[in-house]
Amino acid sequence: MSQKIRVATTSLAGCFGCHMSLLDIDERLFTLLEHVEFDRSPLTDIKHCGPCDIGLVEGGICNAENVHVLREFRKNCKILVAVGACAVTGGLPAQRNHLSLADCLQEVYVTEVSLEHGGIPNDPELPLPLDKVHPLHEVVKVDYFLPGCPPSADTLWKFLTDLLAGRTPSFAPELIRYD
Amino acid sequence: MTDTFQLDGEDVSFAPGQSVLQAALAAGRYIPHLCYHPEFKPHGSCKVCTVKANGGFGNRYAASCTLPAQAGLNVESETEEMNELRRTLVQMLFAEGNHFCPSCEKSGNCTLQALGSDLGVMTAGFRHFYPDRPVDASHPEFLLDFNRCILCELCVRASCEVDNKCVFALSGRGLDKHLIVNAASGKLADTDVALGDKAVDVCPVGVILKKRVGFAVPIGQRRYDQRPISAQALDDAPRQAAVGGCAACEGTS
Repeated sequence: MSQKIRVATTSLAGCFGCHMSLLDIDERLFTLLEHVEFDRSPLTDIKHCGPCDIGLVEGGICNAENVHVLREFRKNCKILVAVGACAVTGGLPAQRNHLSLADCLQEVYVTEVSLEHGGIPNDPELPLPLDKVHPLHEVVKVDYFLPGCPPSADTLWKFLTDLLAGRTPSFAPELIRYD
Repeated sequence: MTDTFQLDGEDVSFAPGQSVLQAALAAGRYIPHLCYHPEFKPHGSCKVCTVKANGGFGNRYAASCTLPAQAGLNVESETEEMNELRRTLVQMLFAEGNHFCPSCEKSGNCTLQALGSDLGVMTAGFRHFYPDRPVDASHPEFLLDFNRCILCELCVRASCEVDNKCVFALSGRGLDKHLIVNAASGKLADTDVALGDKAVDVCPVGVILKKRVGFAVPIGQRRYDQRPISAQALDDAPRQAAVGGCAACEGTS
C-alpha cells in the first residue's frame, strides 16, 4: 500500500468559501480520502504545518500573521497552490489598496456612526495589518493558481485528481472562472 | 473565384479589402481578439489577435485585424507560441487595472474575462498595479467605473462613428493613458450621452454600466456561462455568405 499524499490547507485573508467549495466535492471526498490525509487544516484543527506534498492556500496576504503562515506553508509544502480569487489576485480585500490604511481604520473604527466608537484596536496580540493586500505570488513562489470565487468543486476535483495521477493539471474553459 | 491564404495550414478564401481576421471569422475560423468589433474600423491596439504571417517578406508578427488578407499569405495563429503571447497580453491587462471579477456586474458577459478563461489564463502573474481610479456616478442612467478600462477605444469609436457625439476619448500617454469624457467638468452627467447610444452598449468590460440593471441575469445564464468566447465570436461574425458586405446575412450560419 502506497503512502498517502499529505495535504495542508489554510485560509489567510479569505472567507473560507474556497474550503466550502472543497467540501462541495461531496461524496468524492471519500475517494479523495483514500489517497490523501490532511495535515494543518481547519478540517483537522492541527495548528502548524509539517512536511507536506500539497499546500492549498486560500485568501490573500493582509497582515503579518498571513505572511508568517504563508512562509510556513512554502517551507513545508512541495507544491503550493493559490486557491481562489483572493489568493490569486488579492481579491475583494485588495479593494482597499488604493486607499491609505490609516484612513480605512479611521473610517471603520472612529468615524462610522453605526459602530461602537471603541477606537482603532491596538491589542498587542493582534497581527499588524499590512499597508497593502497582496496576492500570494508577490510574497512566495506559487506552483499552481486556481482562480474563482470560489473555484468550483469540479475545478478543485479536476486539479486534485490530475495532480494525484501525476498529470499536469489542465482545465476546460468552463472550469476556469474568475467569479 | 476568390483568392485564398493559408491559416494554420488550411485555405481560407477572402474578398478584396478584408483583413485576415475578418476573412478567418467569416470562414468560421476563430482568431482570439479583444479590441476588434465587426461593426467598427479595426483599431489594432490590443494586439491579442496577433498572428505570425509569412507573405514573401519573411516571418512577421502582425495584428490580424489590420493585416490585409493577401493571396498566398501563410498565417500561423493557433500555435502554442501565439497563444502564450496572447495569454501574456491578457495577464498584463488584468494586472494593470482593478479587475475584481467577483464583485463586477459585467462578470459572465465580459470579453476580457471570457478571453482569459478560453486561453487558460490562471493568474495575472505580474505584480498588480492596484491603480486609484475613482468612479464617475454623476449621470442618472450610467455609471463609469474606470478601474476596468482596457483602453480598447470601442466606446470612443462608437460615440464618434455611430452616435456622432464624441462623448469619449483617451487622454495621456503610456501608463498615464486614460479614458475621459467630453465635458468641461469631466463628468459624464455634463455630456449628451443617452440611453440608446451605441457607445453605452459596446464596452467589452465593466466600465460603462447602465444603472439599476446590474446582476439581473443569474449566474449560469450569462453570455459566456454556456459557451466559450471562441464559439460566441463565430456566432457574431458575418459568415462567408456575407463576404460581399451583406449585413442581413449576419447571425445566419
